[in-house]
Amino acid sequence: MSRLQSRFEQLKKDNKTALISYITAGDPEPWVTVPMLHALVEAGADVLELGVPFSDPMADGPVIQKACERALKNKTNIHTVLEMVASFREKDTTTPIVLMGYANPIESMGYQNFAEQAQPAGVDGVLTVDLPPEESDNFLPILKAHNIDTIYLVAPTTTDERMAMIAQHASGFIYYVSIKGVTGSAEIDVSAVAEKLAILRDKTDLPIGVGFGIRDGASAAKVSEIADAVVVGSTLVRCIEENTDNAEVLPELVSELLFDMKRAITARDEQK
Amino acid sequence: MSETTHNTAMPDERGHFGQHGGRFVGETLMEAIYALETAYKQYKNDPEFQAELDKDLADFVGRPSPLYLAENWTKQLAGAQIYLKREDLNHTGAHKVNNTIGQILLAKRMGKKRIIAETGAGQHGVATATVAARLGLECVVYMGAVDVERQAQNVYRMKLLGATVIPVESGSRTLKDALNEALRDWVTNVDNTFYIIGTVAGPHPYPEMVRDFQTIIGREARQQILTATGKLPDALIACIGGGSNAIGLFHPFIGDGGVAMYGVEGGGHGIESGEHAAPLCAGTPGVLHGNRTYLMQDENGEIIETHSISAGLDYPGVGPEHAWLKDIGRANYVSVTDDEALAAFHELTRGEGIIPALESSHALAYAKKLAPTMTADQSIIVNLSGRGDKDIHTVAAIAGIEF
Repeated sequence: MSRLQSRFEQLKKDNKTALISYITAGDPEPWVTVPMLHALVEAGADVLELGVPFSDPMADGPVIQKACERALKNKTNIHTVLEMVASFREKDTTTPIVLMGYANPIESMGYQNFAEQAQPAGVDGVLTVDLPPEESDNFLPILKAHNIDTIYLVAPTTTDERMAMIAQHASGFIYYVSIKGVTGSAEIDVSAVAEKLAILRDKTDLPIGVGFGIRDGASAAKVSEIADAVVVGSTLVRCIEENTDNAEVLPELVSELLFDMKRAITARDEQK
Repeated sequence: MSETTHNTAMPDERGHFGQHGGRFVGETLMEAIYALETAYKQYKNDPEFQAELDKDLADFVGRPSPLYLAENWTKQLAGAQIYLKREDLNHTGAHKVNNTIGQILLAKRMGKKRIIAETGAGQHGVATATVAARLGLECVVYMGAVDVERQAQNVYRMKLLGATVIPVESGSRTLKDALNEALRDWVTNVDNTFYIIGTVAGPHPYPEMVRDFQTIIGREARQQILTATGKLPDALIACIGGGSNAIGLFHPFIGDGGVAMYGVEGGGHGIESGEHAAPLCAGTPGVLHGNRTYLMQDENGEIIETHSISAGLDYPGVGPEHAWLKDIGRANYVSVTDDEALAAFHELTRGEGIIPALESSHALAYAKKLAPTMTADQSIIVNLSGRGDKDIHTVAAIAGIEF
């Protein structure tokens, strides 16, 4: 059983909603990424999404674009990101890590080479924004052979038929993008999301995470009523952006932010 | 694969040209590109759509564009006969309008009220703003902040036409970043917005659709050269940024094995300097902006900044069909430097009384190299893809002249 699968099964047994945090690797400085990941776990992150910086992040809003620019400026790349994961695994062997990013850095490594290095480093899943199931034929079997889950996005524009197709390709969990837009761009409309999730649940037994537009404890708690996992990204990255000159305090700052959301979600879980 | 199958066989039904092309976009846009594909398939063989397109191309764009024998240049270079396909004479001054006029007819039929576009040199932006103004549709054009500065005249033309021009400050602040920002806009406004991509790149069906609209160049040129010389040309030359004017000229000749094809990339300060915009000459395959193709990238798969004197060539990728034509060896891809292009710009201006765009000057510069190696009974068609009025500030600045 994969780390993602066992983590979600345990949460389900405990009647808890997962909290997934996103930060961009190497932002603002490479050394602080692993300490931040540990701090996020301590504050209640159940799954870690780690962004692989890319020069042309087409699906991201300005906050994560700038995070990518800072990380690239500090020489972060797909190879150093895998090193960060390996370093994180020295102290934490249970929290799942999903790499989130764009196809080209992985293409440039080669699918086989990537999987051969990602698996021993301790990567559990891969979410490649611009690699839809249609273009995954050569990648999926390789990831599967290395026990790496493939997380796909479902969007408000995704038709019912496509949802079923995506569900067949996906493993680990499915990531529902709550808004039409880039990361960090708008507020979530929970009732519209609920309608879509109802359809999606008909097509899959996989856990469903919801992200984009979750900014605080209140919106996190609302989403936790309908989703198996709540994904928080731009809010954490904005905090990093505001404190780039104080990297040493960042693990504490981002974990405080995340802890607020964790508390709100836990309170809501207990009312269920 | 037989030569004749080249014309119709590519792309396959998934939008692949060999290993290149495809649909590499985020999930939010997948339905939008399928809807576009369905609409395009429906209308491309619809007689009513074609009749409207043909009428607009004739009466609004001014087609057919002439095929002009550049006698002075031919004499000076003392080799092959040099014919110029005069896309510079189109309304709005470049080949770009052949495509925008087709896409906006599709947008109209799909009921989209809002048009977005990216632009480098500004020619595609102007061509988009023009057709949007004519149909009374809202138009937003994304343009890299560097390009806004070096193509100020085109920015003003777009504004006169009623378009909103948004300078893009992210990344290298050129064409690739304008494309990123246009894609972000499309994700956000996908329900009411039609994205008119200006070149033969992007996710399927754009490379195929834009090519089909641009092949009017090659179809006309084929007839015109047969009328003029009684035979097919020996060589075709066109500049390549994303590659739309080049594929427009090349495509109707792909099955004609005797016709050599030369795509000329922006060599910038020279390939060896690393400061250029020549992914076909010096790049490696990767995924960017919705398709797999040759890219300028570093060893970690990050896109690197390009340089060309010409804003329209300053792009780190290239249309996937060119990538495929390179792989199968059907077309040759070469580069010329900024200095060589600039010299050709001046020579055509003085020698033939035609001021060419700096983009097209790259094709002209390669014609200068190729023509003398050929004989007087041979002919070359050079795609004069645009006029150079927009570039006079750049050229003047190099000469130390300020207006």
